[in-house]
Amino acid sequence: MKIPYYPGCTLHERALDFDKASRECANVLGVELEELPIWTCCGAVFPLTTDSVMEILAAVRNLAYAARMGDKVVTLCSFCYNVLKRTNKVMREDEERREKVNLFLRADTETRDKTESFLKKDYVGQVDVLHYIEMLRDVVGFDEMAKRVKTRLEGLRVAPYYGCMLLRPHGEMKFDEHPEQPTIFEEFLTALGCDVVDFPMKTECCGGFQIVRDEETAIACSQTVVSSAVKRDADLIITTCPLCLYNLDRKQKEMEKRVNGFRKIPVIYFTQLLGIALGIDDEHLDFSDNYVDPRPALAEKNLV
Amino acid sequence: MRLRLSREVIKDDLVRRVEDLSGQNIAMCYQCGRCSAGCPVVDEMDILPSEVIRLLQLGQIEEVLDSKTIWICASCLQCASRCPRGVEFSSICDALRAIVLRRRIATPSVDAGDVSRVMVTDAPQMGVVGALRKLNG
Repeated sequence: MKIPYYPGCTLHERALDFDKASRECANVLGVELEELPIWTCCGAVFPLTTDSVMEILAAVRNLAYAARMGDKVVTLCSFCYNVLKRTNKVMREDEERREKVNLFLRADTETRDKTESFLKKDYVGQVDVLHYIEMLRDVVGFDEMAKRVKTRLEGLRVAPYYGCMLLRPHGEMKFDEHPEQPTIFEEFLTALGCDVVDFPMKTECCGGFQIVRDEETAIACSQTVVSSAVKRDADLIITTCPLCLYNLDRKQKEMEKRVNGFRKIPVIYFTQLLGIALGIDDEHLDFSDNYVDPRPALAEKNLV
Repeated sequence: MRLRLSREVIKDDLVRRVEDLSGQNIAMCYQCGRCSAGCPVVDEMDILPSEVIRLLQLGQIEEVLDSKTIWICASCLQCASRCPRGVEFSSICDALRAIVLRRRIATPSVDAGDVSRVMVTDAPQMGVVGALRKLNG
């Protein structure tokens, strides 16, 4: 089965490890992630101002590209998922902005038609935006996924970190039943045989893009999250977001300097953990970018 | 601090503009403070999220536009998910920054030239793009 796939800039450039593991896991599970032949940055953040048109244009173009391939598009990065899903809602429900954006798309069509065959009709929200984890649950099925597991991750204590962008605003994202007590990653981890570690900071913000403006602010947020998981004896944290991983993992170097007796914990992408359970080749599991190496924690449970 | 209140001040045009831009009804807030209590970056703010809304209710837009608070919001929307009145403080922040940035009444808190080389070569680009779009306009 083929599903249109939007990687986004970060997975294309920096988080290659995330992209690689996710594609290979999908292959093992019988899904081919078919990358959109043309795509651009989605804009990274959804504009919260109601008059924004230019700011959502890039995201709409990507949705329109996806519409030429099928009725859904899968993405992995939490920011991309949030931007595409919220933009899609604007295109479905906000008549005025939909019309304006389509005027731009029509202009694109006229000028680019010969080279790229951009889009034949208006974009009105034809595509459903799915997160990869939703694809695992709703297209593959967690039961089916569990049947393909080669090594059950028994005894591995994993803390699922959701962050903000998958969950909020709840009314629009509808990612899980409750924005403060989501359970989709708990179900995913249970299917892999892990011990799920529930921790109160699983839906707190890691500081996000504030790391660029003021590192201290973002590190303080991230440290709260990391320490909360460590306190509950987690062996590792999983995430879906390259920026969360950067703040939570790479910035542990700074946390060590700032906090006495700070205990490090590895943070990996959820599809890397899935890859270990599915027994994918090492060439698809790259941890060289992680500041805290997850391999010792995995080796302790005989998983690598 | 002394506030000079009048019908004109409270019905400030710029405050109505904030409501339009953010899509939020500022009068909905009844000052329970859950937005301020749940905000992960509140320690850095000079005016609490709930105070920003109160000041807007009283027409004190200039004080709010001058605050550090509007640049510190990480748009995580925890405030919105906990608000019993359905007010999204993060959206109000976006609207306030839009007013400052579009009117060029202050320097953006992140300048593209100031983003460190480490950040550009090391951090996920979504962070750099996100920060510039949110904080530089």
